[in-house]
Amino acid sequence: MDNNRRKFLKIAGLTAIAGIAAPTAFNALLKGEVHASTGEEGAAAAKHGGAAATAATGKRYGFVIDTKKFAEDRTLSQRCIDVCHSIHNVPDFGSTNKKDEIKWLWVENYEHAFPDESKQRVSEEVEKLPIMTLCNHCNNPPCVRACPTQATFKNAEGATMMDFHRCIGCRFCMAACPYGARSFNWRDPRPFIKKENPEFPTRMRGVVEKCLMCYERLAEGKLPACVEVAQPAGAMFFGDLNDPSSEISQVLKEKFTIQRKPSLGTQPSIFYII
Amino acid sequence: MYDKNKIIPGLLVFFGLVTFPIWYGFGGGGKLPVPEKPTIAKQCVMPTAEMRKSHMVLLNQWRDDIIRMGGTRRGVTADGTEYVRSLQKGCMKCHASKKKFCDECHTYAAVNPYCWDCHLQPKEAN
Repeated sequence: MDNNRRKFLKIAGLTAIAGIAAPTAFNALLKGEVHASTGEEGAAAAKHGGAAATAATGKRYGFVIDTKKFAEDRTLSQRCIDVCHSIHNVPDFGSTNKKDEIKWLWVENYEHAFPDESKQRVSEEVEKLPIMTLCNHCNNPPCVRACPTQATFKNAEGATMMDFHRCIGCRFCMAACPYGARSFNWRDPRPFIKKENPEFPTRMRGVVEKCLMCYERLAEGKLPACVEVAQPAGAMFFGDLNDPSSEISQVLKEKFTIQRKPSLGTQPSIFYII
Repeated sequence: MYDKNKIIPGLLVFFGLVTFPIWYGFGGGGKLPVPEKPTIAKQCVMPTAEMRKSHMVLLNQWRDDIIRMGGTRRGVTADGTEYVRSLQKGCMKCHASKKKFCDECHTYAAVNPYCWDCHLQPKEAN
């Protein structure tokens, strides 16, 4: 009996020592790979808005919106919206029905568009600026992470795309998007489309939709529809942010611009000249 | 056997009713569908047999290739005709009538594809 207890204690002690010592020894052996784990630091920094600098590869299309030009011509924003919504078969439920509203491109005021900016003593001019807002086509899009079916994804041109076929209407992306850029089809949109564009599909009930950066027009070598309307007034610029010689890169070099909610680390591809 | 006179005719009637769908229309498949062939083109994007069997797979491949892989929107048929790899902008340009082409077989085979819940069919006189 005594003998057994003695044996048991010996084995228990040895097991405890081995249990503590083995992982330490293992880590020491794998020391060469310790650096690999520093990747987490970069991710943590990205979470807090400090963009984890990665080498730019491929295209990343973006927009610059000159809000002052939109303030000068108050009809311009509505013209952009009308063109966008008509070619993409976006339904119009009337201005009184905000619950069902579907919007790809819309106007926000300064306070709502830029909640991060200081709101103490904002000039009257800025307070009344019409801010054109659309999907930000973020470089680090939270909606893409949230989508369980990969219905929304980043394409090779930097657009946050959607495949409506795959959308199951779970609306996780809507909860994830910090910009309210996504709308849900609570009801059949077909009867509310003023004039159908036969070149583009409509959506069905139970599907989320948003601006798709006019991917179908880019494929034909055209500019996005809103940019095409706003460009003569110099109110919108479109181009490859990764190309230092593109027009948009030149504009961004010269002008002071702000992005919406930069502290979230989503890295929007839409820049605003205030 | 008790009630022989009732049971045997009863069984015969029962089997007759149960097998009704088999012997009714035996030897014929009903009226076969005749989808309308387009007049403006002679050749489709793939041989007819393949199109008949797997056009739905092809449509899904086009979609995934174009919007996910950055694939081309233009295709060329075997006889060199260019076409757009798209349902609304491609297929329906030749097969201009959904009713006379798509529905013809889909109704016969009792399948209800949901293409037209979103995609717009070409306008045609009713």
